[in-house]
Amino acid sequence: MSEVRVNDLVLKIATVNGTGSASANALLSKSIYRMGIPVSGKNLFPSNIQGLPTWYEIRANADGHTARSSQIDVMVAMNKDTYAEDLAEVRPGGYVLHDSSWPMNAELIREDFTLIGIPLAKLCVEHFANPRERILMKNIMYVGAIAALLDMELDVIKDQFQEKFASKPKLIESNFKAIMLGHDYAKEHYDCPLPLTLDRIDKTSDHVMIDGNTAAALGCLFAGATVGAWYPITPSTSLFDAFTNLCKKYRNDPDTGESRYMIMQSEDEIAAIGMVLGAGWNGARSFTATSGPGISLMGECIGLGYYAEIPAVIFDIQRVGPSTGMPTRTQQCDIVSAAYASHGDTKHIVLFPANPEECFYLSVAAFDLAERFQTPVFVLSDLDIGMNDWLTPELKWDDTYTPDRGKVLSADDLENMESFFRYQDVDGDGICPRTLPGTHPKGAYFLRGSGHNQYGRYTEKSDEYMEVVDRIARKINRAGEHAPQPIIQSGTGSRQGVITLGGCDGAVQEALTALAEQDITLDFMRIRAFPFAHSVREFISTHDQVFVIEQNRDGQLRSLLINETETAPEKLIPILEYGGMPLSASQVLDHLKPHLPQRAPAKETSR
Amino acid sequence: MSTSKPVVSHPNVPRNKLGFIPRDYEGVMSTLCAGCGHDSITAAIIQAFYELNIPPHEAVKVSGIGCSSKTPTYFLSQSHGFNSVHGRMPTIASGANAANPNLTYIGVSGDGDSLAIGLGHLSHIIRRNVNMLYIIENNGVYGLTKGQFSASADKGSKGKRGDVVELDAIDPLQLALTMGATFVARSFSGDKGQLVPLIKAGLTHKGFVLLDIISPCVTFNDHEGSTKSYKNTRKNCMKVVHTDFVPPEEEITTDYQPGETKDVELHGGGMIRLHKVHKDYDPTDRAAASTYMRSCQDRGEVPTGLLFCDTDSQDMYERHRAVKEPLNHISHKKLCPGSEVLANIQAGLK
Repeated sequence: MSEVRVNDLVLKIATVNGTGSASANALLSKSIYRMGIPVSGKNLFPSNIQGLPTWYEIRANADGHTARSSQIDVMVAMNKDTYAEDLAEVRPGGYVLHDSSWPMNAELIREDFTLIGIPLAKLCVEHFANPRERILMKNIMYVGAIAALLDMELDVIKDQFQEKFASKPKLIESNFKAIMLGHDYAKEHYDCPLPLTLDRIDKTSDHVMIDGNTAAALGCLFAGATVGAWYPITPSTSLFDAFTNLCKKYRNDPDTGESRYMIMQSEDEIAAIGMVLGAGWNGARSFTATSGPGISLMGECIGLGYYAEIPAVIFDIQRVGPSTGMPTRTQQCDIVSAAYASHGDTKHIVLFPANPEECFYLSVAAFDLAERFQTPVFVLSDLDIGMNDWLTPELKWDDTYTPDRGKVLSADDLENMESFFRYQDVDGDGICPRTLPGTHPKGAYFLRGSGHNQYGRYTEKSDEYMEVVDRIARKINRAGEHAPQPIIQSGTGSRQGVITLGGCDGAVQEALTALAEQDITLDFMRIRAFPFAHSVREFISTHDQVFVIEQNRDGQLRSLLINETETAPEKLIPILEYGGMPLSASQVLDHLKPHLPQRAPAKETSR
Repeated sequence: MSTSKPVVSHPNVPRNKLGFIPRDYEGVMSTLCAGCGHDSITAAIIQAFYELNIPPHEAVKVSGIGCSSKTPTYFLSQSHGFNSVHGRMPTIASGANAANPNLTYIGVSGDGDSLAIGLGHLSHIIRRNVNMLYIIENNGVYGLTKGQFSASADKGSKGKRGDVVELDAIDPLQLALTMGATFVARSFSGDKGQLVPLIKAGLTHKGFVLLDIISPCVTFNDHEGSTKSYKNTRKNCMKVVHTDFVPPEEEITTDYQPGETKDVELHGGGMIRLHKVHKDYDPTDRAAASTYMRSCQDRGEVPTGLLFCDTDSQDMYERHRAVKEPLNHISHKKLCPGSEVLANIQAGLK
């Protein structure tokens, strides 16, 4: 009998999409969260509605390490089409739970895992009459079996049924019946619990479970965005779904019920960004959400926003490219295309949230930066952050917040001015005051994407053109110091450092913790904005060797660093994972190890 | 480069109700070819805004790319303008309108901008029924790139170099009828008497107005064989309805015999007076308008005037049940639900 491991496990559930397993899986991860144990749930789904394999990975970890881990302790194998790959993935000494209504293929069974058979289909047929229930309850039943095997609290599960089906008591009864059927069968036929258990602790009480797209939508709501335009595309769609639902609830005039927002589902992404620019030019906080293919389509208009200096916020929930790529897999592959989106000399402010918490706060920052610097601002999230539920410290809102609307001239300002010219750098900071249509007769100007001079007039003269584009370059470069600053953990005395961004954070932190346990220390920096702040250059210049960890094939962050900080390329070692799965600490460690001083004997690496 | 017009003081020029003279609605000097139909349209737009007493700074002009899209610099220099990118003007107009519907929006586009690269956007802005006047200055060619045929060039039409159009033309008005436009009209750049009332009615109508104006290109498409030439258009243009625009405060006169005249009241307060030239023509019947236009086309005729009008539609803002206060005016306090609501929302995520 092996030692009992408490509150540290990875559970993977292999099912077929469209069979109702999603709610069972959410039930499991939420139960773990409610037992006070840090948890993550990652949905690995196909680009399909019904009938294809889908997986859900749950990681519970008392230390709060909830990045993806490939060390599968328990596999719930519900899809016989993927038995071979699913069973092969279980770690030695792990467990496989399967539906034993039918026998498991003998050749797939390994000596080094334990097979747990629960006759789910059979039990369903015996205990449920309704054909729909017979399918759905199989999922609920494996939750019951898992609860018995891992020693989970049944009341936590029951509470959720009571909340969910408050108005349908019959469903509470039937669902809990399914739980108990799975639970009791496991107890009767297997040694429960396994030497892997979940035990109540208190590490989630001031946290919520939220996905990044919902958090970003909340950010847009609280930042005061009033115009949203979008075209459906995975994995960004849920951001606008969430924003729409939030607006319906919290954005109506309390007296008339009329809406204080306008959401336009456009004919394509080109239209979406055009609408955002039209609204931004006209003084409404406006935004769009899309993914890589949408960014490609928006290119021309993004350049228009940059050159004509119009505020806009663009959420790019990255998925695997190029082309259609793998729409339901994650990557950080739009870093370069966002930073330099559109033809001609362009450069944009880009923010890189690492988790749903930052999706919320950085959304608000994005609107402030867009209006302050009068330019499109990207928020680069990804599928893993955007669509999966993350354990997130409760979001806080400061009621004294006032939006930074930038330099917008009022009717009084204009009345007292001799003359107004749109692109005159009157303050010397590269940001020219703007006016909104209808404010005052003196404020009118003709905005154009064609060559213009500081007076806003059409020009084909070299010096007049250059004066404007040089000022815009100064303006954007200055934004780096005003955008969210990098998170730096230094002072270890190490000459080696790690730079990463976005959703890599958890896995990299976990890997560095594991190395620290072996007395190998590395300085750490997570970049949160482009253009890079001065502190980014400083971090690189004060280290001899810097590993740049990111999720794309070509080392896009590294390219940006080389390009923008003039660092010698050999100093920046690329560490790249781009297969479409969220990054794991073991991947990071595998890449790092050959470059690190060897300290023997190494302790067991983190999971 | 733009050339400002000299300021000349004419003490006797009549002022409109706001105290403006027509010059106040003009723009910089046109850089289009001498004799371009677009310049006549510009003049008609200036007259319409002047006569409607619209404060210039409360008007918004939007355009795409092309000869036609350059023209908003030639009128209303005291208005805000947005010269966007090729074909995307409808998207800019939709967004701007969403932020503030209380301004007067006029879009100027061409047949390349609207019927080729921007056809999708045109279709959808019609569907959304954005409250604006959308003018297509239609000459059948790409002028700025030197004379390629556009999607509105008529089949069989001959180019300057002898090339012949082999594809059927896209008729923007048939498209507009199909997509649900609530005001569909056509005119000819050389017919100011018809053009000004149509522009005025279009600016006053609530909902999306498509005004297609045949505007011959003197440089690339005004020769024998071109169906969009001055000569051909003058010959084949025929008025389906003669349109007058009657401002709200003007007394309605009864110059016309009953049966020949139809008044259509606009939500902006004005009224369009239609004098039927063709018996049985009913501009409130969408299907009949489409059939009628098709039959004219078969005879090689170009029907002009107000071809369809629905004064009772919901525009984009109304359909969204958006507040009367423009979204860009609403204070953050009214938009942000505050910390307590955030806490409540999160209680549901536990």
